[in-house]
Amino acid sequence: MATTAATVGQVGHAGHVDDRSFLRKYIFSTDHKIIGIQFLIMSLVFLALGGTLAMMMRWQLGFPGQAMPGGTVLPETMAPGGVLLPEFYISLVTMHGTFMVFFAIMPLLVGVFGNFLIPLKIGAPDMAFPRLNMMSFWVAVSSGLIMLAGFWAEGGHAGAGWTAYAPLSEAPEYSGVSLGQQLWCLSLIVLGLSSMLGAVNYITTVINMRAPGMTWFRLPLSIWALFITAILVLLAIPILAGGAIMLLFDQTIGTHFFKPATGGQVLLWQHLFWFFGHPEVYILILPAMGMVSDIIANGSRKPIFGYESMVFAIMGIGFLGWIVWGHHMFQSGMNPTLGQTFMISTLFIAVPSAIKVFNWMGTMWRGSLHFHVPMLHAVAFVAMFVIGGLSGVFMASTPVDIYIHDTYFIVAHIHYVLFGGSLFALFAAITYWYPKMFGRMMNPFWGKVHFWLTFGFYNLTFFPMHQLGLQGHMRRIYDPTEYTFLQPLQPLNQFISIAAFLLFASQALFALNFILSWFTGAKADVNPWRDNALEWSVPSPPPHGNFAVTPTVYRGPYEYSSPETSDDYLPQDKRLPTDRMPASQPAGD
Amino acid sequence: MGWSWLLPHGASTFAARIDFMYYVILAITGIAFFVVELGLVWFLIKYRARPGRKAEYIHGSTKAEITWTSVTAVTVVVIGLMSGPVWNQVKGRHSVPADAMPLAARAQQFEWHFTYPGPDGQLETADDFSLRNQLHVVVNRPAVMLLQAEDVIHSFFVPAWRIKQDAVPGLGIRVWFQPTEVGTFELACAELCGLGHYRMRAQVTVHTQEAYDQWLAEQGQNVAIR
Amino acid sequence: MAHAAVMEPPAAAEPGAGVYNEKLGMWVFLGSEVMFFTALIGSYIILRFGAPGEWARPGVVLNVPVTAFNTFLLICSSVSMVKAYAAVVDGDQQKFKMWLLLTIIAGASFVGVQAYEYTHLVHDGFLPSGIREGSELWEKVEAGTVPAATAGIYGSSFYIMTGFHGFHVTCGVVSMIWVYLKALRGGYSATDYRGVEVIGLYWHFVDLVWIILFTIVYLV
Repeated sequence: MATTAATVGQVGHAGHVDDRSFLRKYIFSTDHKIIGIQFLIMSLVFLALGGTLAMMMRWQLGFPGQAMPGGTVLPETMAPGGVLLPEFYISLVTMHGTFMVFFAIMPLLVGVFGNFLIPLKIGAPDMAFPRLNMMSFWVAVSSGLIMLAGFWAEGGHAGAGWTAYAPLSEAPEYSGVSLGQQLWCLSLIVLGLSSMLGAVNYITTVINMRAPGMTWFRLPLSIWALFITAILVLLAIPILAGGAIMLLFDQTIGTHFFKPATGGQVLLWQHLFWFFGHPEVYILILPAMGMVSDIIANGSRKPIFGYESMVFAIMGIGFLGWIVWGHHMFQSGMNPTLGQTFMISTLFIAVPSAIKVFNWMGTMWRGSLHFHVPMLHAVAFVAMFVIGGLSGVFMASTPVDIYIHDTYFIVAHIHYVLFGGSLFALFAAITYWYPKMFGRMMNPFWGKVHFWLTFGFYNLTFFPMHQLGLQGHMRRIYDPTEYTFLQPLQPLNQFISIAAFLLFASQALFALNFILSWFTGAKADVNPWRDNALEWSVPSPPPHGNFAVTPTVYRGPYEYSSPETSDDYLPQDKRLPTDRMPASQPAGD
Repeated sequence: MGWSWLLPHGASTFAARIDFMYYVILAITGIAFFVVELGLVWFLIKYRARPGRKAEYIHGSTKAEITWTSVTAVTVVVIGLMSGPVWNQVKGRHSVPADAMPLAARAQQFEWHFTYPGPDGQLETADDFSLRNQLHVVVNRPAVMLLQAEDVIHSFFVPAWRIKQDAVPGLGIRVWFQPTEVGTFELACAELCGLGHYRMRAQVTVHTQEAYDQWLAEQGQNVAIR
Repeated sequence: MAHAAVMEPPAAAEPGAGVYNEKLGMWVFLGSEVMFFTALIGSYIILRFGAPGEWARPGVVLNVPVTAFNTFLLICSSVSMVKAYAAVVDGDQQKFKMWLLLTIIAGASFVGVQAYEYTHLVHDGFLPSGIREGSELWEKVEAGTVPAATAGIYGSSFYIMTGFHGFHVTCGVVSMIWVYLKALRGGYSATDYRGVEVIGLYWHFVDLVWIILFTIVYLV
């Protein structure tokens, strides 16, 4: 009656011959690894595009009203004679944020590493729904194309910031933008569908397809983080979709959701957007934190300090993230009492974040630190996330926020957590899992050069933004020199712009390293980092189906420098004489 | 000057309290910053891989977890308790002084219109008048301004007064303040409102009572802008 | 009844949710659907309770009796869905297909009646943008039985909530037709009825959302 086949040592899906066509194997692939790589290519393109937009913004801010080098290639509607127009500047601001949040960082963390790592690290042959997974990628591509189309729209691309506050975002008579803003809404609705499909897949896979012995508390922190993130995506994205649909309807079919003159409420948009938007920023940091944990433990040759606390901190951040959204709206005109309540919840979310920082430090304490390139980026992540997190305390305090809201202090905070945080974690993660993805190592020398240049120029670019904000420098302004009180800050703006150009230029090293290593990188071993997790016991890259034999897990992923073995690492699926079979499996071999 | 952690000069009663909160948080986060970052650098040096030295096989410390969780939690509670009353004073709907001089402000793309109560000190009377991009108030006297927006969201921001309030179409929000210094200051729009957002500035003039009375009398001679 | 291995959680796995992947996936997906309708219904509540005037009484603009019948039809379709499920679990292919077909017919009828209602409403002048000037309902605006101040958001919230629900019902009907066609080819049995169970879950959810919508839009 019981049809559960022998589970231990079950032949995995990687046993049979792979005879799929090129189209099936690489373009319309249902293999989570290929889909992860597809997301990687797509996202890196958008990351480069988002960075380019930022360079144009920084040109205008550093050298207001001056013709941008190369600017004459842009049409007259954007930059006549190479001088950026204010309306184009606003589109740049909007699209920089939009591309970076939705088409770079989120797909890099969730689309790439969620896809690539989850089945491998839990010992599964693929995701629960491989065909939905494929659809998720191609729907995301469609969304990206819709978003790109906005640049050709009459009236220019969306121009209400990545936050698209109504009424500016719904009224061409106020923004000058019509089709561009509609395409923005439509693109995000479509992207929402892609994210939903991904979230359903990740959650189902992590719950139901962990290999025997891979209990919840033996999961790597990267998987915990991706799992909680997927739940956030599942529940938050539909809110954005609903709001974006309402905005699109206001723009196109004459509804009145956000039109105060006819009964609508302007603040309704902000509540909807930020109820999604705050979980979104945790979506943008949690997977980074998870992967950094894996890498720091590896680089320290030491177990993660406080594994259970780290898990509960991830859950705590995930949960608390739902009740802080109003801190984006302290000055919005909402009831001031809400300012008090949201301040409390916002201050509390500092606690699980601090717990994580202390545990990363605890992991390094008394470790044996090996500074491979991923470790450099992971340690930098901790250092800069601390700055971003501490700057957040200022804005959590409602009275201080009165002054710094909508200034460059906020911009500094955002970029310390998203770039200093998420992007550095991504540099770490891409370098770390590159061998498993492509079968080759990225060049470590250039990796280190890229790291130091990036770290240096990054801090020179973004740290002074705290100072700009403290002097009252507002966000999203085309020409700061309009204001007498900002004119003395112009040298600082120039300094930041130059640092930013050098920062951007330094990324060429990463791009070249990434592309060239694919062809000429050193061939990768199965386990170049001497890591314990399951993906490091299969070939680089793993075959379709991942595991020739379904692994059995005997321990957690952080058993580095264990006394039970002479190596300084102990893979999760290596059975020692003292190990028992997992409780879920029949006893005996 | 640009590199400073010091706030620019404040010129309202709010500035003192807000700046104090800022410096308290600066001190706390500053200490945390140095402890953590220097600690991190020290670990990176001290625990560098060296031949013959193995990492310590330890999974954590409940005592450490409790300690740093409590310290962080207590710290944020203190920050919250200190911040609450300041917020309440600035934004609380019941905090507006009864004798505050009434004003009205209307934000629109891309200018500010201020309505003054005129000599009778009351709004909505015949001697009201409006000015474009000019806000005149009296030093050491509280004023309460009904803030509205014509078209899109704007934000009333006077850096020197440490005051910021979004102006929202469909809402009338009361903003109160009390300047402590005579002089001219700048008002900026602090919420993206379209093409001209970057140049939506106004001039704020704080007068002595006598100078204000004189200015008011001069306005009586001018044609009011509605 | 004996299930095939596909109706169990994955064999080579740690205990998870205790149900097969497709069922877990549908429950997870329905979580996102709850949030989507929460956005729409939550917005409606905020707009209604913050409205600058009275909200029109449901019967003034909407046809409550016809929609009440439609609600009954949808509830019946959930019952027939349960019967279809029970039949396939039992191995009774004939009953399974019959009840599934009845469910499809009831579901399609629901959509049909909604579409019919929409055309009537639009004809009478009720649009997502409010009441059309000069239309039949415009007289009620002038008479005051449809408050002018809220007519716009009344239309906006009515159409977005019922419209997206109707869209979800339509997707459900299309999915059920696909399941039915597969059933005709013998695609489901007492040992593998995953698709039936999963679409059944979705269908009950869509019905539940309607009961909530009907209450807050047509009865309150």
